[in-house]
Amino acid sequence: MTGEREPGAQADANRRARVLMKGNEAIAEAAIQAGCDAYFGYPITPQAELLEWMARRMLELGRVFIQAESELGAINMALGAAATGARVMVSSSSPGISLMAEAMSYMAGSGTPMVLVNIMRAGPGLGGIGPSQSDYFQATKGHGHGDYRVPVLAPASIGEAMELMATSFELAERYRTPVMLVADGILGQAMEPVDLRFRTPERQTFDWALTGAAGRPGRVIKSIDLDPEVLERRNLDLQHKYREIARRETRWEGWQLHDADLVIVAYGTAARVARTAIERAREKGIRVGLFRPITLWPFPSHELARLSRHVGGILTVELSAGQMVEDVRLAVEGRCPVAFHGRMGGLVPTPDEVMGALKALKGRVDRIASPERHAHMAPVSRWHEPPERTEAEPWIHERVRRGGRR
Amino acid sequence: MPWAPIVIAEDHCKGCELCVTACPKHVLALDRSRINVLGYHPVELTDAAACTSCAFCARVCPDAVFTVWAAPREELQR
Amino acid sequence: MTLHTPGPESPAPGASAARLIYARPEVLRDRSTHYCPGCGHGVVHRLLAEVLTELDLPAHTIAVAPVGCAVFAYDYLDIDFVEAPHGRAPAVATGIRRVRPEAFVLTYQGDGDLAAIGTAEIVHAAARGERITAIFVNNGIYGMTGGQMAPTTLLGQKTTSSPFGRDAALMGYPIRITEMLAQLPGVTYAARGTIADVGSIGKLKAMIKRACQVQMEGGGFAIVEALSNCPVGWGMTPQQSIEHLKGPVVEAYPLGVIVDRGAVAQPTHDLGCPSPAHPEA
Repeated sequence: MTGEREPGAQADANRRARVLMKGNEAIAEAAIQAGCDAYFGYPITPQAELLEWMARRMLELGRVFIQAESELGAINMALGAAATGARVMVSSSSPGISLMAEAMSYMAGSGTPMVLVNIMRAGPGLGGIGPSQSDYFQATKGHGHGDYRVPVLAPASIGEAMELMATSFELAERYRTPVMLVADGILGQAMEPVDLRFRTPERQTFDWALTGAAGRPGRVIKSIDLDPEVLERRNLDLQHKYREIARRETRWEGWQLHDADLVIVAYGTAARVARTAIERAREKGIRVGLFRPITLWPFPSHELARLSRHVGGILTVELSAGQMVEDVRLAVEGRCPVAFHGRMGGLVPTPDEVMGALKALKGRVDRIASPERHAHMAPVSRWHEPPERTEAEPWIHERVRRGGRR
Repeated sequence: MPWAPIVIAEDHCKGCELCVTACPKHVLALDRSRINVLGYHPVELTDAAACTSCAFCARVCPDAVFTVWAAPREELQR
Repeated sequence: MTLHTPGPESPAPGASAARLIYARPEVLRDRSTHYCPGCGHGVVHRLLAEVLTELDLPAHTIAVAPVGCAVFAYDYLDIDFVEAPHGRAPAVATGIRRVRPEAFVLTYQGDGDLAAIGTAEIVHAAARGERITAIFVNNGIYGMTGGQMAPTTLLGQKTTSSPFGRDAALMGYPIRITEMLAQLPGVTYAARGTIADVGSIGKLKAMIKRACQVQMEGGGFAIVEALSNCPVGWGMTPQQSIEHLKGPVVEAYPLGVIVDRGAVAQPTHDLGCPSPAHPEA
């Protein structure tokens, strides 16, 4: 894995080889093979191995590696390098990603391509170092300030993460936008056998890159515009770009959907747990399929909406309190029941838990389908008021203290 | 037309008067009879003959409004 | 009174040998700036344009614009520019530096940008000895947002956010950040000048030129602090602000070259340590 190019047969053999690799290291190597010119990072668990791999490999290859003074430093170094047209990557984990929100907004506003990898850990705050998908809102609903989106890619295996690294650079450069690749801590930390198949997106020449104003007027990469009319036009251009991305770059995977009565929507590690649960459910005669978004933004809403017309119910499984489930409900628009099961704090739902949630959903779907279903429905109109508060209710504090789950 | 050693880009002038105080010959003043496109009284050269082309005005001007010329050498020698 | 004023293309009639003493440098675009009357930013922009032209740098320069009054520097200087988030210019410049070793990399920051929100970035760019030239305009106030107190505001100075004057007990002391940076071995050149008068402006230009040459010669980090004025923010006329600059401001921030370690960074063996954990390294 040391030389960048090995001659002839050896290189072919290497490319076919299947080796055991840690997710963080495989992602790093995939970025290197995708032609990453510069990497900027800051240590944080659970993505430190990515930084360490880059520290050795980038310098071996004579490329740029800097361990910055902070995540702010790292992402702004990336902003500068990317402004000159270099292929640039930054990685971090959740708390560090929060610090990067500012520069992400600037890069989205000024059209600076860059790839940011988030190996998500449990929050909020410093939280813990266990795996999590609780940065879904952050990644897909803006991250920083202003009306912007970034394409968010979510692999479910280390091999897929390697492939999506190359895709991330492609999208970033094609659309002049930051791109996020999000994986939970399990994908970063686990080891899996992977094919050493790499892809290097073709180099483009950029007519916007800062190269020194030789024989041309000075170029500016900026997001500021104090004229509201001009700024709105720039925003409209951005929104147009986002519609284009949504139209052309939405990615998802379906599995066992052909005859499914129920569908699990899950991404990343949660999708792998869901697969095991689906296999068990099918053994028990419950026909369940998997719908796995690969792009979290653009979210595959149209495809999910179409699906929701043909199935009885949808279960969303996440390593969070329920974030993607909001997009699922927006796509489904009440056509079928949407249930949720998730774990937090660095815990991962087990296939048994998912089975339980599937059975509960099936019961609900069957009741709706039954002739007496109207008997179960609440009155059409009802005035709801919170109960009058008498005294501080001690049991609430009790539960909070225990961190109690139902 | 008399010789003038300085060109003033009047429409860039903001009338801050830093050149007026910097001028050792006291030959610069705001022209209070006029207002430029920015809304300021622009600076003007009041005595071209007394100007020595020292360019102090150009060196202190925040708006780079001055172009300074020196009279031809033969003229100075006369 | 009508005077004939020779343009650069047409020298005065009957004076074909008229010598051009001073003309606006070409890299400074021919347009009015948004700066207030008497603001020192205009002088620093002009000096920068002069130095870049004299050193034949405009075609190789990639500059980083700050947040603050100088945010529109790219409207006035005809060179490649990237906008940085508030305080992050040194990090942005670092990224440019590393992927474009052949470029001339320049940052332009104010005192709120460099000495408050961007302290981590400036300190670490200097500590790494990044081969960049930093122009630091210190007028002791946040001008763009309406004249609030900056870390460099003088004790007792009234601003819109220190209406009773800066009180050290409540608001701390002014920072001499250029002296702080000069401690770092990665800093090849650090100097402080001012735009207060013709003589100082000449010296400031020499400092900016030296800071640029350091980078061209392969030296490390170079910073020039330009003590400047903010007539509107200080509540003074331009002339009064210049007098204030020459008096209490220069007293608080002494002028001169603080460090010049020569073009090539000095060896820093005294800061190194052998690494027993990695004997092969």
